[in-house]
Amino acid sequence: MSEQLPAILLVAPLFGALLIGVASPGDPRRAFPIVLLSLSISLAATVALLTKVVSSGPVDYFLGGWAEPLGIGIQLRVDGINALILVFIALIGLLTAIFSYRGPDDGEPTDKAPLFYILYLLLCVGLLGITITGDAFNVFVLVEIASLTSYGLVAMGSSPRGTLAAFNYIIMGTIGASFYLLGVGYLYMRTGALNMAQIHSLIALPEVAASQTILVAFLLILVGVWIKMAFFPLYGWLPNAYTYCPSGASGILAPLVTKVSVYVMIRVMLSVFGAGWVFQSAGWSQTVVWLAVIAILAGSFIALAQVELKKMLSYLIVAEVGYMVGGAWLANHWGMVGAIYHILADAAMTLCLFLAANIFVKHAGGGRIDRLEGLFRRMPVVAGAFVVGALSMIGVPPTGGFFSKWYLIRGGIEAGQWPFVAALILSSLVNAVLFFRIFEVAHFGRKPADGHHHHPPHADGEPSPEQQGTIGETTGSDRKPRLTAVAPLVAAAALVLLVGIFSGPIVEIIRGALQGMPHVGAAAPLIGR
Amino acid sequence: MDLLNQYLIPHFNYWAYVILMMIGMHAMIVKNNLIKKLIGMSIFQTAIILFYVSIGVKEGADIPVLHHHAPEVAESHTPAADPHHAVDPDHYANPLPHVLMLTAIVVGVSTLGMALAISQSIYKDFDTLEENEILAKIKQGGPGIDV
Repeated sequence: MSEQLPAILLVAPLFGALLIGVASPGDPRRAFPIVLLSLSISLAATVALLTKVVSSGPVDYFLGGWAEPLGIGIQLRVDGINALILVFIALIGLLTAIFSYRGPDDGEPTDKAPLFYILYLLLCVGLLGITITGDAFNVFVLVEIASLTSYGLVAMGSSPRGTLAAFNYIIMGTIGASFYLLGVGYLYMRTGALNMAQIHSLIALPEVAASQTILVAFLLILVGVWIKMAFFPLYGWLPNAYTYCPSGASGILAPLVTKVSVYVMIRVMLSVFGAGWVFQSAGWSQTVVWLAVIAILAGSFIALAQVELKKMLSYLIVAEVGYMVGGAWLANHWGMVGAIYHILADAAMTLCLFLAANIFVKHAGGGRIDRLEGLFRRMPVVAGAFVVGALSMIGVPPTGGFFSKWYLIRGGIEAGQWPFVAALILSSLVNAVLFFRIFEVAHFGRKPADGHHHHPPHADGEPSPEQQGTIGETTGSDRKPRLTAVAPLVAAAALVLLVGIFSGPIVEIIRGALQGMPHVGAAAPLIGR
Repeated sequence: MDLLNQYLIPHFNYWAYVILMMIGMHAMIVKNNLIKKLIGMSIFQTAIILFYVSIGVKEGADIPVLHHHAPEVAESHTPAADPHHAVDPDHYANPLPHVLMLTAIVVGVSTLGMALAISQSIYKDFDTLEENEILAKIKQGGPGIDV
């Protein structure tokens, strides 16, 4: 049983999705328990796998028992790093599933809900699969499974702008995935292998490592995953998609999709090409760190200009991606540890902020920050969780965000990348300004009394008459957020704190996994200290 | 002439896929009509499929099937070894890139289907498929659009 864990954690949500399609095509009440059960099985399997990896080292699993020499088996490989990420994916999947108990848009259950759950579970399968697989082509297939379901989830909202955002997401996402596929094609041309470990052992040969084909493959794969993770100049699809998608969808897309793509980049760098090959030329890492600096600053300052809460948070994701890419390309041990730790910390805090923002937006009757007046006093628990997430974004101890900044800055100082260090600190300051502005409006702003529509009219944001009607309704009848929305949010806030408090053991697992990588080779002083 | 012989003719499959890919990418980025963007997307994905198929091609190669009961084929390829188990990869076209492309074709079809469904829903919301008109409608705002 325990040797089948890597398969179980993928198969449970996959069969859950099929079961919903077969058993309850029109009934949300029957679909929800299936979602809950399959994700719980998945979560239990990931936790068991993490304890197994921590106690006895990396786990290799060959699907169907077709072992490596034949070259046709798909390998699943779990080390400490992706075991941690798997636990977070399953946990965040479960929390957001509870949050979207009533279906995609957090309203009355509709006949869309079962379809939403099917896409949701398939997205979880895609994300878990990308993280666990040890096969370069398999990554492409699973990335496309995750992307296709994301397009559907983004388009499922009631806002027409969400549909348009989904279309742009398809165009950009397809370009990204196709570049990745092309890169894998070039790798296959030169090495004749698709298994990551096999490719790596062949790239270790000097005549292969010097080949132009390998260089082209690496650049194509890098551009592909940068589009998928919304790295700064290639971020165009992200803000609208995450702002206008249904609340249940943004709760899983925002914390996980970009982070899993960052993990794909780190995985490709460390276990396919190898740190020695990737960092052989110092000019590259210098250039990418500069790009990351631009990403951090641009993301932070564009966020500062936003008037909509969820769009502001979306631009902060763009900045956070810059943290992780920069950290990974610092080409030293603490930078890599910080980047991997930040995948976890950022997933937790983005989950926390997006769930809270979804509740705020629903109860404020609009996404604009100035509509949030007095909401903190009306919903103290939601406000408390939002503050925890915000403090983590700013980087206040004991939250996870503080420790990831700590390791990233330590890596930046050791590498002598002062612009990166400065960008991290500046971005913390900008985040502080951003969130204290929200705290001010939401906590000290006028409490909305009966005449709470006395905003100065905005040329672009003037609510239409029917929208005003729904505002009156939600503030009147649905004053308190539901327990199924608040409970996952509180758990997410607790997760942000726990990631920070247990940063010691988590970092030890990450460092152990980096040291245990068999292929570190020439880059041993860089990565596996 | 030198250019032709050295770079163009031996690598014509790469040139073909790169040109097709750029045509597709141009359409995806520049075209104003959403359906034309999707046509570009299909060309783009097909170009990559052509690339994979062309790297599996081998001049005068056999299909990758074991000829257990055809002694003359087995003898001509590997005379010394046991004809029932001898496989000389030099004589076979590599099937793997072609098989991978079956998966990529499926992915491409599902992406296109998804994108067409979303375009249909965009048409319902905005009454047009021209990107500039859609953006103008969003800018003006309207019932349900300025969220």
